[in-house]
Amino acid sequence: MSPLLSLILIPLVTAAFCMAGAAPRRISLFGAGANLLLSLYLLASYNLEIGGFQFVSENTLFPAYGLSFSLGADGLSMVLLLLATLVTFAAIWVAPPVEKSPGMFYACLLFISAGAIGAFASIDLFFFYAFHELALIPTFLLIGIWGSGERQRIAWKVTIYLAFGSFILLLGLIGLWLAVPEGLRTLDIRLLQQLGYAGILAPGPAVYLLILFGFGILIALFPFHTWAPEAYASAPASAAMLHAGVLKKFGLYGLLRLAVPIFPEEIQQFAHLVLVLLLGNILYVGFVTIAQKRLDLMLGYSSVMHMGYAFLGFVALNQLGLGGMSLMMFAHGLTVAALFALCGEINRRTGTLEFRELGGLGGLAPKLGLLFGFAAMASVGLPGFATFAGEIMIFFGAFARGTVGSFDWFQTATALALWGVVISAVYMLRAYRSIFWGARGSAVKDDTDDISSGVRWAVILLIAVLLLTGFRPGLLLDYLNPVFAALP
Amino acid sequence: MNPLYLEVLVVLLGIVLLMAEAFDGASAKRGIVYAGIAGLLGILGATFFIDPAAMNAAAPYARFYSADALAIFLKQFALLSTIVVLVMSLEYAPTVEANMPSERRGAGLGEFYVLPVFACAGLMWMASAVDFVMIFVSLELVTITFYILVSYLRRSEASLESGTKYLVLGALSTGFLVYGITWIYGVTGQFNLAAIAEKLPALDQAAAPALLFGFGLILIALGFKIAAAPFQFWVPDVYQGAPTPVTAFLSVASKAAGFIVLLRVVQTFLVVPALQEKILPLLAVIAGATMIFGNLAALPQSNLKRLLAYSSIGHAGYLLLGIVSIGAPFAGTAVLFYLAAYLLMTLLAFLVMTIVGRATGGDDISDFNGLNQRSPHLAFALLLAMLSLAGIPLTAGFLGKLFIFECAIDQQHWVLVIIGVITVAAGFYYYLKVIRAMYWQQPADPDAPEIEIGPLAKITIALLCALIIWIGVYPAPLLSLLP
Repeated sequence: MSPLLSLILIPLVTAAFCMAGAAPRRISLFGAGANLLLSLYLLASYNLEIGGFQFVSENTLFPAYGLSFSLGADGLSMVLLLLATLVTFAAIWVAPPVEKSPGMFYACLLFISAGAIGAFASIDLFFFYAFHELALIPTFLLIGIWGSGERQRIAWKVTIYLAFGSFILLLGLIGLWLAVPEGLRTLDIRLLQQLGYAGILAPGPAVYLLILFGFGILIALFPFHTWAPEAYASAPASAAMLHAGVLKKFGLYGLLRLAVPIFPEEIQQFAHLVLVLLLGNILYVGFVTIAQKRLDLMLGYSSVMHMGYAFLGFVALNQLGLGGMSLMMFAHGLTVAALFALCGEINRRTGTLEFRELGGLGGLAPKLGLLFGFAAMASVGLPGFATFAGEIMIFFGAFARGTVGSFDWFQTATALALWGVVISAVYMLRAYRSIFWGARGSAVKDDTDDISSGVRWAVILLIAVLLLTGFRPGLLLDYLNPVFAALP
Repeated sequence: MNPLYLEVLVVLLGIVLLMAEAFDGASAKRGIVYAGIAGLLGILGATFFIDPAAMNAAAPYARFYSADALAIFLKQFALLSTIVVLVMSLEYAPTVEANMPSERRGAGLGEFYVLPVFACAGLMWMASAVDFVMIFVSLELVTITFYILVSYLRRSEASLESGTKYLVLGALSTGFLVYGITWIYGVTGQFNLAAIAEKLPALDQAAAPALLFGFGLILIALGFKIAAAPFQFWVPDVYQGAPTPVTAFLSVASKAAGFIVLLRVVQTFLVVPALQEKILPLLAVIAGATMIFGNLAALPQSNLKRLLAYSSIGHAGYLLLGIVSIGAPFAGTAVLFYLAAYLLMTLLAFLVMTIVGRATGGDDISDFNGLNQRSPHLAFALLLAMLSLAGIPLTAGFLGKLFIFECAIDQQHWVLVIIGVITVAAGFYYYLKVIRAMYWQQPADPDAPEIEIGPLAKITIALLCALIIWIGVYPAPLLSLLP
C-alpha cells in the first residue's frame, strides 16, 4: 500500500467522524495536522537522486480499459501535496465557531482537501479527474449553506460553471484516450507522458483546445473567470482558502501533467491565443481589481489576475518558465490562503469589508496590520517571498522564449505582463492604506480587537513557509526541476 | 436449466400469490410481498445458472424466443427492479389503502402487490423476443398490466387522469406498432428478426421506402415506450399521477425493455448500408431532441416526481446517443451499463421518495426541505442518487455517461456530444435543486421525528447505495456480466 493512500484516507476518515458526530473541530484539526506531518515526512523521504514517480501502488480495477487505482508522486506532486496539506491545516485552524451543523462544515472542508490530494497523487487519468470532481459538491454546500451575500445564486453559478468546465475537460480526456493507438491504450499518466514525449501520441489541436479550455475554466482563464471572484467573496474564509489556494491549482497541475508532454506542438501553435487571454487576466482583470470597493472581491479578482502569470510560464514551455509556474502555484496558494484568512478576520472584527467603512484599523490591531502587510507584499511579489522567485523565473523564461534580437509576441507579452506587478502593487497598497491607515472608518470601533491567536499562528505559519522558500527556492526547485528536465 | 422455465416460474409465482391473496384473511397482506420477493429472488438466482450457449437453436421455440446473453441480462434486470418495486409497494401501502373506495383494511393491497409480478413476466419475455409477434404479445402483457397499475388509486383524480392518458396513448402506440409490423411483413414475408436480416440485402431498391415506412412506424411505437422526443408528452402527467412504485417500475423496467427491443430491431435493419444511412441520422435527431427536451424541461419543475419524469426523458436521450453510436465496438455494452446504472439510481431515488412522501404527505421538492436534519441517512441516500443521476465521478451514473460519450466521440457525433455536454450541465442544476432543499432549507416542522423506515426498505436502500458507489469505483464485475 502506498503511503499516499493514507494521505487521501486520513481526511476522508476524519470527515466521516465529523459527520458521525465527533467533536468536529478538534478531530479535524488533528487529522489535518497528522496529514501535514505525513506529507512532510514523505517529502523528506522522497529520493531526489532517483527522481520520477515514487511511492507507487497500482490496483487494477478494469483491465480492458486499463483502469487502475494507481497512486504515485513525482517532485511536482510532492510540492503540491505539501501545499494541499499545509493550506488544509491552516484553513481548519482559522475556521471560526460554526453555528449551523459544524460537523458538516468541517466534513466538507476535509472532502475538498481529500479531493485535491487525491487528484495530485493519482497517476491514473480516471481517478485524477474523479478526485477533483469529488470536491465540487462540498464547494456547493459550503457556499450555499455557510456563505455570505447572495450565497444561493453564487453557489449555483459556481457549481454549474465548474461542472461545465469539468465536462469539457472530460471530453478532452476521452479524446486523448481515443488518440492512443489501439493496443497501447492506457489510462496511466506515466505511460501517456512517455508516449507523448516519444511522439507516438499526437491527438491534434481539437483535443488540445478542449483540454486547454476545460482546465482554463477551472483555473479562471480570461474570459471564463467570472465565477471565481464572486465565489471567493461569498464562500466562508476557510473554503475560499482551500478552493483558491489548492483546488484551483488542479487545472494548472493538469496542464503541466498532460498538456506539456503530449501537446508541445499545439501549445506553440496556439501560444498567441493564450498570450492574448493571459494578458486579459493580468491587465484587464488587474484594472478590474483596482476598481473594487470591497476587500473580499478585490482578493478574488487578484487571485484570478495572478493566474495570468502561471499561463505565461505555461506557454513559455521551457524549464525556466514551467519551473517558475510550479513554484508560483505553491507560492500563490499560500499567499491567497493567508490573505483570505486575514480577510475573514477583518470581517469578524468589524463586520464589514467595504473599504469606505474601514480605515485606521492599524492602531487598534497592529498585529493584524503587520501580518496583512506581509501577505500583501507576498502577493505583490516582493523579493524575499517565494512569489517573487516564481514570477521572475516565469518572466525570464517567457522572455527567453522569444527570438533573440527581435521583439516578438513573447517578449511583448512579457513586457506587458510585467506591468501586472505594478498593478498589484497599486491595489494592494491602496487596500492596505484604506483598511489600516488614515482616519477611523465608521465600522472601526474603539473596542475592536486585534487578531485572534488561532488565525495569527496559522497565518504566521503560511508566511514563514513563503519566506523560507522565498530565500531558499532551491528547497522546492530541487523537487520541481527534474520534472521538466526533458525540455529545453 | 431450460431458460423457458424462467417466465413460466414467474407466472406461476404470480398465480400462486394471487390465489393465496384471495384466501388470505390477514389485512396487511405483508406475507404476499415477502413470498413474492423470496420467489423472485430465487428465480433471479436461477438466471445465473443459464448458459446462453447451451440454447438449442434448432428447437421450434428458438424462432421466436432467444436466451442470448442480452436476454438473460434484461431478465435479471427486470427481476431486480420488480423486487425493489415490491419493497417500495410495501412502504406505499398506506397511500393505496387511503385511496380505495372500500373501508375494509387492506382492500386492494393484494393485487397491488401481485400485478408487478405479471408485468415482470412480460418484461422477461420481451427480453427474449426475437420475433415481431412475440415482441407485440409480450409488450401488450406489460402494457395492459400497467394500464391497471397506473390508475390504481381509484380515489385520486391524478391517478385516474394519468391512467386514461396512458391508456389512450398506449393504445395509439400499439396501433403504430402493429401497422409497422404489417408493412415489414408485407415486404419481407417474415416476422423473425434474424430471417428479416437475411432477406433484407437481397431485396431490390423499390422496397426500401416501404421498409423505411414500416421501420418508422415501429420507431414511433417504441419511442412512446422509451419516452423519446417527440413522443414523450405523456410522460410527465402519467409519472406524476401514477402511484410512486408504479412510476419507478415504468421509468426503469418498461423503458429498459423498450431499449432492448429497439436495440434488436435497429441491429436487424443496420445490415443494409442503404437503410443504415437513413436510420442513423433519424435516430440521431431523436436522440438530440430527447436530450434537449428532457433536460431543459426539467429545469423549472418543482415536483420531484415530475422532475424525475423529465430527467428520465433526458436519460433516454443519452441511451439513444449510445444506440446512434452503435458502430463503436463498445456501444452495446455502454448502453447496457448505462441501463444498469440508471436502474440503481432511479430506483433508489424513488424508494427514498416513497418513504419521505409517506411521512410528509407530498412529493414536491419543498416537501424535502431540511430532510438532512430530520433523517440524515435518507437525505444521504437521496444525495447519492442525485449525484449519480447528475453524473458525478465515483458513482455508477458517471461511468455510464463516460462510456456513452466515449462511443459517441469514437463515432464522431460531435453535434450530439456538444448537446450532451450542455444538457449534462443543465442536469446539474435541477438535481442540485433537490440537494439544496435537503441540505440548505429549513424543515417546515423542525421538531418532526425521524422518519420510520421498514426493515426491508432499509436493507434495500443500503444495498443500492453500496452498489452505486461500488460500480462507480470498480465497474469490472458488472462489465463482466454484460454481454
